[in-house]
Amino acid sequence: MSAGYGRRATGDGRKVLWLLLVLGCLVAFAAIAPASAGVLPEDRADVLYHRYDGGGVTIHGPSVLVRKKMAEKYSISANYYMDMVTSASIDVETSGASEYKEERTQYNVSLDYLRGKTTYNVNYTSSEENDYEAQTFTFGISQDLFGDLTTISLGFSKGADTVMRTTRDPTTGRRIVDPTFSEDVDRWSYRVGVSQILTKSLITTLGLEVITDEGYLNNPYRSYRFVQPGDTRLFALATEIYPHTRTSNAVALNAKYFLPYRAALAGGYRFYTDTWGIKANTFSIGYTHPLGSTPWLFEVSYRFYDQNNADFYSDLFDRANEQNFMARDKELSTFSSQTLRIGASYEFARNGWGFIKKASANVFYDRIEFDYEDYRDARYSLLDSADPAFRPAGSEPFYAFGANVFQVFFSAWF
Amino acid sequence: MKKRLAVLASILCLSACGNIEPWVKPYEREALADPIMSFDANPVSTAYTHHVFEAREGARGALGSAGGGCGCN
Repeated sequence: MSAGYGRRATGDGRKVLWLLLVLGCLVAFAAIAPASAGVLPEDRADVLYHRYDGGGVTIHGPSVLVRKKMAEKYSISANYYMDMVTSASIDVETSGASEYKEERTQYNVSLDYLRGKTTYNVNYTSSEENDYEAQTFTFGISQDLFGDLTTISLGFSKGADTVMRTTRDPTTGRRIVDPTFSEDVDRWSYRVGVSQILTKSLITTLGLEVITDEGYLNNPYRSYRFVQPGDTRLFALATEIYPHTRTSNAVALNAKYFLPYRAALAGGYRFYTDTWGIKANTFSIGYTHPLGSTPWLFEVSYRFYDQNNADFYSDLFDRANEQNFMARDKELSTFSSQTLRIGASYEFARNGWGFIKKASANVFYDRIEFDYEDYRDARYSLLDSADPAFRPAGSEPFYAFGANVFQVFFSAWF
Repeated sequence: MKKRLAVLASILCLSACGNIEPWVKPYEREALADPIMSFDANPVSTAYTHHVFEAREGARGALGSAGGGCGCN
């Protein structure tokens, strides 16, 4: 189950319409193409394996990206991405369900068109699971100004999702998509960004993004919990109820500084707020260090994130239907996370190899620690009340977990 | 009055824009052009990393990319 940007996929007809729209834009760009100058993204191919392991959830899979220039005016890229999920998360355990497996496949095609100092981009993404479909169409434009010291970019995304759910077939006992349940989500995203060279060694970026969602924003499998009538030590569950709209604002400032001995220092801050009452801060700092003239490149970074809860979030409601909207999604709770990354890259074929100009092998490891401040570990109140570890509902310890994230990837420039 | 001031300020700003000389000349951008100075040196990895956080945190957006994908619950 996932929530994402994307145009609703009610069938092949809708997908064909989207593809036609993308192609129409490409043809329009081609028709107005004069001689161009400037820089497009480099031709490259990346093959990545990712693995996330934490909180009872394992997600792994491949991601493949290929990007190629054409006629020095166009750059086309395609990305295939897959998540293979095995989940026995605390939500699954608390609901009494058993571990489940699912897959998500995502395709993305993108085209950049460079005309003078202006770059146009169109982008189409499709994401599919057995119980969720999402499609996104994105348009972006960026313009270099003031002797290329400044780049201004604008972007717009429109998408919609189809939210489904699985259920157990009463006759066969197998899990099937519930034919009685299908809901829509429409999404709009607006972005403005400025990249500014400040000195010979310092570059900064400022980004602003407004996102509006409308539709079924719940996870149909997730429940809120409330005090069980008749026994206040226990809890009962009911399906969450979310507002049907959400608008968020995020502004981010990032900077990167070149150190005189050839290394880079990066820093960033993002402030986030939305109409559900969530405010969040993200701080990051990173350091990149090439090892002299050897092929080795090392990096280390630290990220801190914190947020307060949504207005309609509660770990334990007093009763069922206590208010109009009720959520117990830990992503909407008050929590913080800290991430430490270490990474290493090794460049090879530096003098070229066949049609390949250079290549690199890369390994990144992230350790993430999540600490929740108002999301309790409900498994303690599910224990037998005679168990010494038993805690009544509402007095369980707060939940916390750590995650290990690995990325191994090869890149080739051609 | 306010409107006139706004127009005057706009004209001043625009005229200033027209006269801006790049204070970092193209031949002085060697360090900035170094691949280690890229904000997105590994796009396939960056996209995945953003996805990992976006799927587990309430905040979203302003990550410098087009966004999209899923926010797996």
